[in-house]
Amino acid sequence: MSDVSLTAPSLRAAATSRAEPTTEARPVRGLLIAITLIFLGVFLLFPLVVVFTEALGRGVFAYFSALADPDAVASIQLTLLVAAIAVPANLVFGVAAAWAVAKYEFRGKAFLITLIDLPFSVSPVISGLIYVVLFGAQGYLGPTLQSYGIQIIFAVPGIVLATIFVTFPFVARELIPLMQEQGTQEEEAAISLGASGWQTFWCVTLPNVKWGLMYGVLLCNARAMGEFGAVSVVSGKIRGETTTMPLHVEILYNDYQGTAAFAVASLLALLALVTLVVKTFLEWRFGDELSAARR
Amino acid sequence: MTATTIGTTTLGTWRQPSVIPGFGLTFGLTLTYLCLIVLIPIAALILRTTTLTWEQFWAIATSSRVVAALRVSFGASLAAATINAVFGLIVAWVLVRYRFPGRRVLDAIVDLPFALPTAVAGIALTAIFAPTGWIGGLLEPLGIKVAYSWTGIVIALTFIGLPFVVRTLQPVIEEIDREAEEAAATLGANRRQTMTRVLFPTLLPALMTGFVLALARAVGEYGSVIFIAGNLPYQTEIAPLLIVIRLTEFDYPGATAIATLMLAISFALFLTINLIQAWARRRLGDV
Repeated sequence: MSDVSLTAPSLRAAATSRAEPTTEARPVRGLLIAITLIFLGVFLLFPLVVVFTEALGRGVFAYFSALADPDAVASIQLTLLVAAIAVPANLVFGVAAAWAVAKYEFRGKAFLITLIDLPFSVSPVISGLIYVVLFGAQGYLGPTLQSYGIQIIFAVPGIVLATIFVTFPFVARELIPLMQEQGTQEEEAAISLGASGWQTFWCVTLPNVKWGLMYGVLLCNARAMGEFGAVSVVSGKIRGETTTMPLHVEILYNDYQGTAAFAVASLLALLALVTLVVKTFLEWRFGDELSAARR
Repeated sequence: MTATTIGTTTLGTWRQPSVIPGFGLTFGLTLTYLCLIVLIPIAALILRTTTLTWEQFWAIATSSRVVAALRVSFGASLAAATINAVFGLIVAWVLVRYRFPGRRVLDAIVDLPFALPTAVAGIALTAIFAPTGWIGGLLEPLGIKVAYSWTGIVIALTFIGLPFVVRTLQPVIEEIDREAEEAAATLGANRRQTMTRVLFPTLLPALMTGFVLALARAVGEYGSVIFIAGNLPYQTEIAPLLIVIRLTEFDYPGATAIATLMLAISFALFLTINLIQAWARRRLGDV
């Protein structure tokens, strides 16, 4: 690496009279940048802009009255409730899984990591379906639970379960490579100096991984609040009761209430923007404290 | 590092001894939670499918509507992953190698499809590409119909898969040793030759991994597609939607059979990614 920086300037100086040997000609560069701008513009920026212009298309009053609608408020509350259960659950699991995988050597570790990543490769619709098969009225446990008056499918518990499933790997996947990189020496030192397991975790491990942990929680939360496919299968879409924000967007949109749909969607788009900003900030400020896989 | 430590494990012991406490607690918690949330429900789905006889399963899997839905899903996903491979390569290259105003913002926004809920993406793309929309309105007089057609599905799946190719390629492009390019130039290669003979082979495994990741994600995608697709049976009906339709008809065997089929396909794609990476490690040392 170091001798590259020594030779590169001299090479570059020698080459200034002709085309630079390790980059493209100017017109090619311009063309590639233009393609990038157009492609990302059409596919990413444009949809984002459209959400807000459509939401505010009929004025600020229509926008806020759409958000103040009781069903919209109920959907926001439900979304927050679901995230407030799913994210901490996966946070605890993610930390435990990362500790077990990163701090010990055992057989079948690669297989365990594969299993943890499994929900990422399952279609959202199937993520919902598996709980219907298990807890639905025709499911394996559904009739038994129903006789005790417990309803999971077409109710809030099902939505929470499906959300936990789809956001299952986020924290673990962020922490595992990070904690593997950091090794076990610091923990071993703490233990040999007399710290307990909990003390080691709170005072040694956690400070080392706190930004990576935040990063994982951030992505987990974004997905938890925005999940559509899995939740739509288990929710039953009872207005004001089992509709999360993405489901409420769908109902309004299919009702030809475009402005109201985009108003609720704009809140989710804002969440996505905040997530991206915090994520970029974490990468920029604490990049070296996030795992190498993320840099 | 892990590979060497695993190598020293003596036969017969399942876990290497460690002074760090908490293995039982964390491993037990991990395994319990994994079983309850992921493994048992997926096993239930597969078990449910096995209540069908092989003939019944085959009849569902090869029924014309299911085959048509799988064809739509795979065709559109392949098209979208190909678009993403081509443009993703350009985007990744531009974002890593060139310096221009707005680069950081563009780089950050590449992750938008990960962060934006799929339903929001779906209605936004529909608003853009519908015949009354900003781009759809321009294409309509030309006779090009994007929303409510197969093309619309491809558009939505391209959006969803975009970050996979770019984010897989970026670190690999960053790691490219400039000396290889300099050597190629010194040896008389022009830039195009260096690109096709030196750089592209280096990037190929990452490009293929990104392609399969985008494909795997696209095949299962639901939220962003159903708004823009039109959802006509046999024409613009994707496989995940067909599962939902079967469920609303209370046709559990139908829904679970299609779902099991799609799970098998996902695992096959997942295996492909691992094979590509193993092949790349053999060929290039490390990816």
